[in-house]
Amino acid sequence: MNQLQNFTKGFLKENPVFVLLLGMCPVLGVTSSAINGLGMGLATTFVLVMSNTVVSLVKKQIPSKVRIPSFIVIIASFVTIVEMVMEGFLPELYNQLGLFIPLIVVNCLILGRAEAFASKNNFISSVIDGLGMGLGFTFALTLLGTVREMLGSGTIFNVSFVPENAQTFLLFVMPPGAFIALGFLIAFINRLKHKRA
Amino acid sequence: MAQQKESSLFNMLTTLVVITLISGFALAYVNQLTIKPIQQAQLSKKKDALVEVLPEFDNNPVDTRYAVFVKALGDSVEVYKAYQSGELVGTAVNAFSPDGYSGDVRIMVGFLPDGTIHAISVLEQTETPGLGTKMTEAEFIDQFADKNPKDFKMQVVKDGGQVDAITAATISSRAFCDALQMAYAVCVDSCDANTGATSTDEKTH
Repeated sequence: MNQLQNFTKGFLKENPVFVLLLGMCPVLGVTSSAINGLGMGLATTFVLVMSNTVVSLVKKQIPSKVRIPSFIVIIASFVTIVEMVMEGFLPELYNQLGLFIPLIVVNCLILGRAEAFASKNNFISSVIDGLGMGLGFTFALTLLGTVREMLGSGTIFNVSFVPENAQTFLLFVMPPGAFIALGFLIAFINRLKHKRA
Repeated sequence: MAQQKESSLFNMLTTLVVITLISGFALAYVNQLTIKPIQQAQLSKKKDALVEVLPEFDNNPVDTRYAVFVKALGDSVEVYKAYQSGELVGTAVNAFSPDGYSGDVRIMVGFLPDGTIHAISVLEQTETPGLGTKMTEAEFIDQFADKNPKDFKMQVVKDGGQVDAITAATISSRAFCDALQMAYAVCVDSCDANTGATSTDEKTH
């Protein structure tokens, strides 16, 4: 697999949300608006790239029996850094995402890539994998957030396109709406993929 | 996995110790870098809210801050006084209700000296997006402006009050009203203390 494929696989072929179905907790939890999805996706991308980088660099020094705790410590450190930086410099977004930032630690996408990819591949491939997967995750979250926001609040990135007091499908900004919207999106993506094949 | 090291007690211990040490130092360093901006962000949020809910003032209300203990909550709320050329023009109360749909609802309420509500700003809420979060929007909040709680019953209509609840978010609206009532109670207490003369000076210093 060349590096370009390695990068682009995260968007459609192995999209973490639509195909691998990894990290569903933040996917369903924060995507009530497009901007939340985007913010969460970028925060996760940063953690994913950094943890993939570090894991691929130290993989030979870590005894295999303690590799999972070691990976978790590495991931948790980067998550805490993201949290502190975001609270200091992006307080608005921090208030919105709140609880979900520390939960990036237990996002199985990140540990999954560390274990399945970064611990077996070299530094450059791991960085590219992290970037591709992270941006694919961001893309999926933003897409899901946009769909839910459009249907649920009648806005896109907080810009309203329906008349005031219009009735919107409130269901879509609530948890059941997340499942429904995700289900339809996955069906749609699957159809796209099968057409190509 | 062949490339990974064999595990022995010694190398497992050293690996974990080294990793935790490095991440500990890294976090301490980042913490030092971000602690100032974090405090500043929280302070400026408070200041913005004060400017929003109080009439024009020329002192720094953050300096006049004092806490009032509320028994019902087992926690204290903060009170700020605003002065314009020495005259008291408003009181802001930072009150909250633990009974939101998911977590605390924290609001800043500005009262005029006669107890009339000047404006309200929502500081913190984690209500359902699109439903409870409408409490931050003008449509809901503006109904309280210029109302005096003396003749405005701060309960949702369902409970026999005069507050139009947010559609499909009665619990959130109730929590908002609870916080508002608490703010008013605290404000009335502090205003009584004011008319009781000298006590404010002692409190502010």
